Amino acid sequence: MTDSFEPTIIGFTCNWCSYRAADLAGTARIKYLPNVRLIRLMCSGRLDPTFVFKALANGADGVMITGCHPGECHYIEQNYKALRRFQLMRRTLQGFGIEPARIRLVWASAAEGAKFASEVSSFIEEVRALGPLHWGKNGSTPSLAPEVVQEKVEVPA
Amino acid sequence: MTKNMIENASPADGQERIGVYVCHCGTNIAGVVDVVQIAEWAASKLKHRGVVIAREYKFMCSSLGQELIEKDIKELGLNRVIVAACSPHLHEKTFRTACANAGLNPFLCEMVSIREQVSWVHTDKVAATAKAKAMISGGVERVRHHVPLDPLTVPINPATLVVGGGIAGIQSALEIADAGFHVYLVEREPSIGGHMAQFDKTFPTLDCAACILTPKMVSVGSHPNITLLTWSEVEKVDGYVGNFTVTVRKKARMINEELCTGCGICQEKCPKKVIDDVYEAGLGYRKAVYTPFPQAVPKFPVIDVPNCTYYEKGTCKACEKFCPTNAIDFNQKDEILTLDVGNIILATGYELFDARRITNYGYGRLPNVFTSLEVERLTNAAGPTNGDIVLRDGKTAPKAVGIIHCAGSRDRNFNNYCSVICCMQSLKFAHLVHERTGATVYNFYIDMRTAFKDYDEFYQRVLEEGTLFVRGKVAEVSNVPRIESERGKLIIQVEDTLVGKQRRIPVDMVILSAALEPRKDAKEVAKKFGISCSVNGWFIEKHPKLDPVATMTEGIFIVGCAQGPKDIPNSVAQGAAAAARVLGRIEQKQMALEPVRASVVEEKCSGCRICNGLCPFNAITFHEDRMVTEINPALCQGCGTCVAACPAGAITGTVFSNDQIMAQIEGLLMLNVEPELIAV
Repeated sequence: MTDSFEPTIIGFTCNWCSYRAADLAGTARIKYLPNVRLIRLMCSGRLDPTFVFKALANGADGVMITGCHPGECHYIEQNYKALRRFQLMRRTLQGFGIEPARIRLVWASAAEGAKFASEVSSFIEEVRALGPLHWGKNGSTPSLAPEVVQEKVEVPA
Repeated sequence: MTKNMIENASPADGQERIGVYVCHCGTNIAGVVDVVQIAEWAASKLKHRGVVIAREYKFMCSSLGQELIEKDIKELGLNRVIVAACSPHLHEKTFRTACANAGLNPFLCEMVSIREQVSWVHTDKVAATAKAKAMISGGVERVRHHVPLDPLTVPINPATLVVGGGIAGIQSALEIADAGFHVYLVEREPSIGGHMAQFDKTFPTLDCAACILTPKMVSVGSHPNITLLTWSEVEKVDGYVGNFTVTVRKKARMINEELCTGCGICQEKCPKKVIDDVYEAGLGYRKAVYTPFPQAVPKFPVIDVPNCTYYEKGTCKACEKFCPTNAIDFNQKDEILTLDVGNIILATGYELFDARRITNYGYGRLPNVFTSLEVERLTNAAGPTNGDIVLRDGKTAPKAVGIIHCAGSRDRNFNNYCSVICCMQSLKFAHLVHERTGATVYNFYIDMRTAFKDYDEFYQRVLEEGTLFVRGKVAEVSNVPRIESERGKLIIQVEDTLVGKQRRIPVDMVILSAALEPRKDAKEVAKKFGISCSVNGWFIEKHPKLDPVATMTEGIFIVGCAQGPKDIPNSVAQGAAAAARVLGRIEQKQMALEPVRASVVEEKCSGCRICNGLCPFNAITFHEDRMVTEINPALCQGCGTCVAACPAGAITGTVFSNDQIMAQIEGLLMLNVEPELIAV
């Protein structure tokens, strides 16, 4: 299991730049590792730090935060707020005893499909080297197994 | 912990009836992702998450694919739709419209991008299929938290701003003005006309540029619906589609436009000659008070303050003395204008590649190496030599001329892209040089690209005229002779790839067909208007094929060479296309916008004011009396920074709510926690 560890990465993207960089990587058929799953936000400033901790707690081994280059924010300056929060998140993770390197901040413009792809792949390799996170595996039972949920939620016929 | 979060986050009515639609996109998706298996999996394994039906189809975006969704909404009573296909930036509108047609609120539809983010970027079929499943699972969880929304509508101010007065901008401005709406045309130079005004002939018909451009310039200058602001620059853009507020700096001309008649006496009497680097490409002179060229629109000259003797030494005022209408005003100050417009068209054009950068071609060092723009001026009947094609000495006609294509284009050291116009422009030069001097003309090309109406015919014509073509990239232009016949000549060293031999061809004149490059300040301009530049620096269009003049920022359009190198016919076509888009908007009078907005739930707001300093659009106000914050929906742009910052969770953001994103995170990671869910 450990020798074939495939990390799971959650990536947050900005609607205006990095999400488009991911689109561009697609249209240009640039290949990158499949371990990343992207979530679109309107702006990196929308990134609530809770999202990052939630992702890590739910089984992600790393979280990539992407946004417009400094000075190029679609909303003028909100990526600077993401940058501030990123520093705080790193510190918080350290306090939790988690490697701050499990989160990475990447600036990628809509033109940087190749950069986006290479950053994803290099981050995956970095997290692979760190090994699995195992946060949330101990103690809390997964909530979404069909049998568990069927007890809780009424499934429409 | 996870359990609680899901329960808290869920609206938990349990009444979601979700349809999942997986697109093959021909083989684009199906070639890598097992779409059939995914549909089966979604139908069985996501049933407990509310999935009622899952289907796969060759092309979901086709009318049949859309009908499939519409039929299911009506017959199965779906109240949420997931389309796993391409990027939402391509087809979100398509599927939202399909939902709306079937009576479902369009915002209850969510797209999962398994083409751009999966099949096109991954090769491992198993991993790609697993990733697609995880993404669909994320989408399903997210869509359960979607709520019906109404699009925001904004009124469209019928006035339009066009930035750049080259042929593309002129075309846009005239189309809109002719349709009866007001246009502000802002141009940085003293006159409109752009690069086209510098040309003599235009390919492939060889009609004179001035003859076809001047009438258009005159119409712009005299049009009742056009406010022409030359010698002006946009400083700041505020607002959004329909309601932009643009700040323009109208630089001081030192000429009172009310009084000036454009008689030209000031230019005649001005004692100061200045090398004209802009219009004459450095080959000619102008005065310190000048209009760039005789047909300039507007006719008012400009005083070039850094070069004017009066500003330098405090005396002279020759222009003032001789001006018959007392129009000279040495104390004029820059004016700041504020314009309210609904749409903006950017036609800021290109800049010529600095040929000095290719040191082995010797431009700037070897006098008889010319750039294409210099040759445009040399061939121009109104140019510095009255149309005589002569060497740098100003009198000798060349006997042999070498035209080097792709100078700075298709070259890894400079620009990878093709500058599009250079082949045809070089053929035009070949024809003009041959016609006017009888010189032998060599064209050195990598590939001939004459792909447009009547272009190849022109190539045939130039071939028949006896122009010589050498296929090969020129290695060097030198003035060092090896044999007597090379003495005093420029020697072009080239590998003739069709013959397979190195050749040295002595000529008298070398013309570098220099690349078109983005404006030096293109990035700054892009930032000012909230759009982006490509890696090469051209403005990025919304879609390279299907939406070439719109940008990702609503209300901002791009035309002409600012979007990428192109010739005059294409610039005009784009100019008109953008105008048509703007006119469509104006006629609608209002426009629907994505309802991504933040709002405060007052009962939850503690009045901590953390959000107050975060909004760059001043949409957040604090009510001291009630100690709560309020967000003005008209000013909010929907970035969500305040939503993320609110410690009380009192700010909600539509379309990207906390519930939706939290659920999506859970869904994306569900298969990690529950590996058995992966199996079919």
